Amino acid sequence: MAEVTFNDIIKPENLAYRKSALMTDNVMHYCPGCGHGTAHQVLAEVLEEENLQERTVGITPVGCSVLMYNYIDVDFQEAAHGRAPALATAVKRLMPDKFVFTYQGDGDLAAIGTAETIHTCNRGENILIIFINNGIYGMTGGQMAPTTLPGMKSSTSPYGRDVSMMGSPIKMADIVALLPGTCYVTRQSVNTAGGVRKFKKALKKAVQYQNEKRGTCFIEVVSNCPSGWKMTPVESNKWMEENMFPFYPLGDIKVPAE
Amino acid sequence: MEKELRLMKGNEAIAEAAIRAGADGYFGYPITPQSEILEYLMEANPQATTGMVVLQAESEVAAINMVYGGAACGKKVMTSSSSPGISLKQEGITYIAGAELPCLIVNVVRGGPGLGTIQPAQSDYFQATKGGGHGDYHLLVLAPASVQEMADFVELGFDLAFKYRNPVMILSDGAIGQMMEKVWLKPQKKRSEEILPWATTGKPASRPRNIITSLDLDSERQEKFNLKLIAKYREMEENEVRFEEFMTDDAEYLFVAYGTSARLCQKALQLARAEGIKAGLLRPITLFPFPKKRLNELADRTKGMLAVEMSAGQMVEDVMLSVNGKTRVSHYGRMGGMIPTPEEVVENLKSFIKG
Repeated sequence: MAEVTFNDIIKPENLAYRKSALMTDNVMHYCPGCGHGTAHQVLAEVLEEENLQERTVGITPVGCSVLMYNYIDVDFQEAAHGRAPALATAVKRLMPDKFVFTYQGDGDLAAIGTAETIHTCNRGENILIIFINNGIYGMTGGQMAPTTLPGMKSSTSPYGRDVSMMGSPIKMADIVALLPGTCYVTRQSVNTAGGVRKFKKALKKAVQYQNEKRGTCFIEVVSNCPSGWKMTPVESNKWMEENMFPFYPLGDIKVPAE
Repeated sequence: MEKELRLMKGNEAIAEAAIRAGADGYFGYPITPQSEILEYLMEANPQATTGMVVLQAESEVAAINMVYGGAACGKKVMTSSSSPGISLKQEGITYIAGAELPCLIVNVVRGGPGLGTIQPAQSDYFQATKGGGHGDYHLLVLAPASVQEMADFVELGFDLAFKYRNPVMILSDGAIGQMMEKVWLKPQKKRSEEILPWATTGKPASRPRNIITSLDLDSERQEKFNLKLIAKYREMEENEVRFEEFMTDDAEYLFVAYGTSARLCQKALQLARAEGIKAGLLRPITLFPFPKKRLNELADRTKGMLAVEMSAGQMVEDVMLSVNGKTRVSHYGRMGGMIPTPEEVVENLKSFIKG
């Protein structure tokens, strides 16, 4: 067998992954090793492959992904902190043929926006909620989030999260799965090639359920925050696998009956 | 639906006028004394006729953010509430002003502060006219004094909101919201199908993506944006000042009052004239922009102006700024849901005249 050279490997026809045509050329502001960039790319791939650009309205949160509208080439609305599902509700009700998604972090979705999250899911709005859970407030500099693990240190829990004083982490996916309005609730990751493929599959399912108007789809992505956790990207992924995944187990929580 | 004369509550008139104006969506949350707006719309069920969306939100905060989402699609959307609920909406309102979105917000004012009372008041004037939320911005504020104007200002409010891409507020009060009067309703307008060039309706290949945001991390650009907003407010001051005058031609003393207070000042005016006092009334219809120029002109030939408001004295500050020391200005008001009688207004005018 002929030896495979580096030049063979990088030939365009051998590329397994490429930049989605819906990803812009703007330089991302995310920290090295952060999961947001990967999640954006996978979402852009799905929007592109499903021909959704012309009918997509995305809603960005307040948090690290506030500037997401700079990176994916679809129409975007930037919401106030926690309110993305309210915006999405109106967009979808007023324009039922659009594909509407929100993209929110844990502070946005599970603290300040808890009411909007719960009630949007409870009404069964036909939107997709993408929830990036990295257990910390990244943008404001590493404060405790509603999803911060017990004992985990942050700038506002410097001695570790004391659940007797600060409450326990909220498992939002499990909560919204209890509501009749949600049709598909799953927890995914983007730190490995396998995780990326599963996340992409989950997004494709959500698109299908949205096209069928089956109710709210909720995809949680358990992700890392190297800067907020004060770790290298590699350390943060290892820490996430050892600590976050046991607390927030990956996999489907609710799937619609076929 | 044809042009029609009906006997209606102010709140119901707003709801019916919204349907007839071709509104695309209403998002609300119950609060006294304006819950009839949401109730009327739910019963009328315009989704089945005009396609207008009506949704009861989980909070005032959610409702105003639904308005943000709908307005960002270029749709004709509105919300309504009363004072404590309007306080909750302020976050959304400042984002809407900052994102330059058109929408209509109705405040059927009740007495405050806090939970206050459910009776009529005019104590949200500062909040309505000076911004209300954080940052430098203004709403265009319309003050109806009748059920007819409650209905008329819905369509006018939408037109002005889209003309300036700015939120418009109807600042009413519990009296006008609850009282019944005859009202001419306009024929049904078709909902617009126009796709506005700036709206987020899905990106076709023919244009760059539309982004609706109030965020700009670059200070120089943000300041330019602030200047653009100010220019817009100056333009409103040039073009949109609305007011009504009663017996100002020979008036020596002028009442300045809006909404419910203006109605009782009309009666007070007659009582004062019967006693030989040459009184007049200026009723601001737009509270922002305020009829500054006209009041300044009238100040040249009046001996004094009495601002009558159901508040501790809020609009009176704008009257003072308008006349800029040219004439005496004072305030008379009741609070906590109390409505002054025309007789007590006249008594107060007399003591004002005495000085």
